Amino acid sequence: MLWASLILGALHAMVPLTITATGEILSERGGVVNIGLEGILLISAFTAVIGAEMGGPLAGLLAGVLTGALLGLIHGVIAVFFRGDQTVSGVGLNILALGVVAIGIVDRWGSAGFHRVERAFRVPSLSTPLGPMSPMVIVAVLLAAFTWYLLKYTNLGLKIQACGENPAAADAAGVRVEQVRLFGAVYAGALTGLAGAYLSIDWLATITENLPAGRGFIALATVVFSRLNPWLAVAGGLIFGFFDSLGLIASTSQQLTRIVPYQFIQMMPYVVTLLVVAGVIGRFRAPAASGQPYRRE
Amino acid sequence: MDPRPVEQWELETAQRQERRRQLRGTLGSFAEIAVALVIGLGVGAVVMRVAGYDWLLAYEGLVMGSFGDLWAVADTLASATPLILTGLVFGLSARAGYFNIGAQGQMVIGALAAVAVGAHISGPPVVAVTVTFLAAGVAGAIWALPPALLKATRGVHEVISTIMFNWIAHYTALYLVFNLLNDPRSAERSLRVVPEARLGALIPGADMTAAIFVAAGVALGIYWLLWHSPWGYEMRIAGLNPSALRYAGANPLWSVNLTFILAGLAAGIAGASQVIGRPPTYALYGDLSNLGDLGFDGIAVALIGRNHPIGIILAAVFIGALGAGARMMQIMANVPLDMVRIVHGTVIIALAAPEAWSLLGKLLGLNRRRGQSAAAAPAKALPQ
Repeated sequence: MLWASLILGALHAMVPLTITATGEILSERGGVVNIGLEGILLISAFTAVIGAEMGGPLAGLLAGVLTGALLGLIHGVIAVFFRGDQTVSGVGLNILALGVVAIGIVDRWGSAGFHRVERAFRVPSLSTPLGPMSPMVIVAVLLAAFTWYLLKYTNLGLKIQACGENPAAADAAGVRVEQVRLFGAVYAGALTGLAGAYLSIDWLATITENLPAGRGFIALATVVFSRLNPWLAVAGGLIFGFFDSLGLIASTSQQLTRIVPYQFIQMMPYVVTLLVVAGVIGRFRAPAASGQPYRRE
Repeated sequence: MDPRPVEQWELETAQRQERRRQLRGTLGSFAEIAVALVIGLGVGAVVMRVAGYDWLLAYEGLVMGSFGDLWAVADTLASATPLILTGLVFGLSARAGYFNIGAQGQMVIGALAAVAVGAHISGPPVVAVTVTFLAAGVAGAIWALPPALLKATRGVHEVISTIMFNWIAHYTALYLVFNLLNDPRSAERSLRVVPEARLGALIPGADMTAAIFVAAGVALGIYWLLWHSPWGYEMRIAGLNPSALRYAGANPLWSVNLTFILAGLAAGIAGASQVIGRPPTYALYGDLSNLGDLGFDGIAVALIGRNHPIGIILAAVFIGALGAGARMMQIMANVPLDMVRIVHGTVIIALAAPEAWSLLGKLLGLNRRRGQSAAAAPAKALPQ
């Protein structure tokens, strides 16, 4: 029984990390880095609840995706067309999100900092031998597969990678560098938006002022872990997700919290992230032009 | 053919042109910041309008609460105190080429050290206060070291490592405040520091203490270090061109460590300033609410202050004014405190894209002849 809940918990915790990381992998392959994923997760989690309460869970997911895509577009325009500082823009997104959602929750539901999502507005779960499982687990794996195929076997994927490695050469070969990179930024935003919607109207069934609690940054660590391969983002999501769910389960277990204080159990995903990233990263090489604006001569 | 010797007047003209170029850079920098602030306040006004608040009344409250009278100014400076320090954390690191967003965690650890030392110390006030500040600074510096080492030895990006250390610090603090450092008389906060280790209010009724001088002193110290010392020279070279640093024979490992240690020191002192330098609690709340997100707000401060110690002091006063005025904004116009975060975030996003303004100008057909507007001038930093 414990194993079943642990496996399901790991799968459920994997979803936001893998989906977010998958989008960011495509974006970084094209040369746009977004460290504002945490903020996009938070804002789209919020708009997803509004969407779901107005038009059901599907509308909620759609609201999340659209919000994420819009924020990804803003970041992309700043990074690609204004040749702005991508890290600064990402940090701005994170701070903005904290303000927007804190005010939004009060404004929308009149409760400070917390709103519970009713069952009717949540994504319905599938019944499996282990227990109820969210269909988003399957969606996450499918998205990783799709993104992998897109990057590896399509014309667009080749263009994206060319823009990340050598935008000048891609430009000379007739690739519209700006458009391709903007597509990457919007794709990452849209997927992060879907992950945000999953957090609020599916997995955690609530919206709070700081719902992602660092998962946007753990997703960035997953991107690093994956070495920009979407399949490894699934594996990385499962590793980080396992410790995330272990923390959630362990902190409600009375016997365990008597021995290990729950604060230390909740600390675990962050410690594991550090250890894994420190152990893996040595061999990682980012695309040559990642994070740098491209300026046509 | 010998090159013609440079005439004195040519040299003077060149120097004059260089000075003018620098001045234009500074003015451009100010213009960019001003535009970003206006955009931030504008977006804030629109959001308040949409949410049904009286934005004009809200901004009136903001101004009154931050600069309305002597007490308001003192509150603004009290809010600015920790922001100067956390702004320096980010600004100093950025000068050396690192995106250190670990101020939050380093500040939390510094505050814990301030409680641990300040609650048990005895001695004359000057000694008690100094020792507590130093203990907090050292604790913050120690907490900043692992990300620096991971960066230098394993290539771990500092954004990821510092965020993880922030969360680890957060949960460590939650544990300690409720256990080892808990006040048996009051479950929801830590032990209070002894009266000798407390800084009193300089103006009765306002929060400002001598901690503001400590913060300003650290800022001036870092200014001196960056521009008048060989270490600072190396740090700035590291930020501008890491490979040049290696060619010059300096040690990059030493450079990254020194940067993070100094940044951690400032962050730790910021934590102490909230424990021993802010009446009336002189302790840490169980939810760490008297630390808030000051570490993250420091990022905004540094970006607005263009990572320059003097700019950071000015920016901290501005963000501090937002913080101090927000309460009056809430009282007068019923606007939630988090409104100022929307202003912060928008200002930073607007600052991320300095080229946007010149591009916008081109689209509108402005400054076609001059080629480059003031805002488009390369203005990464204030000239030294």
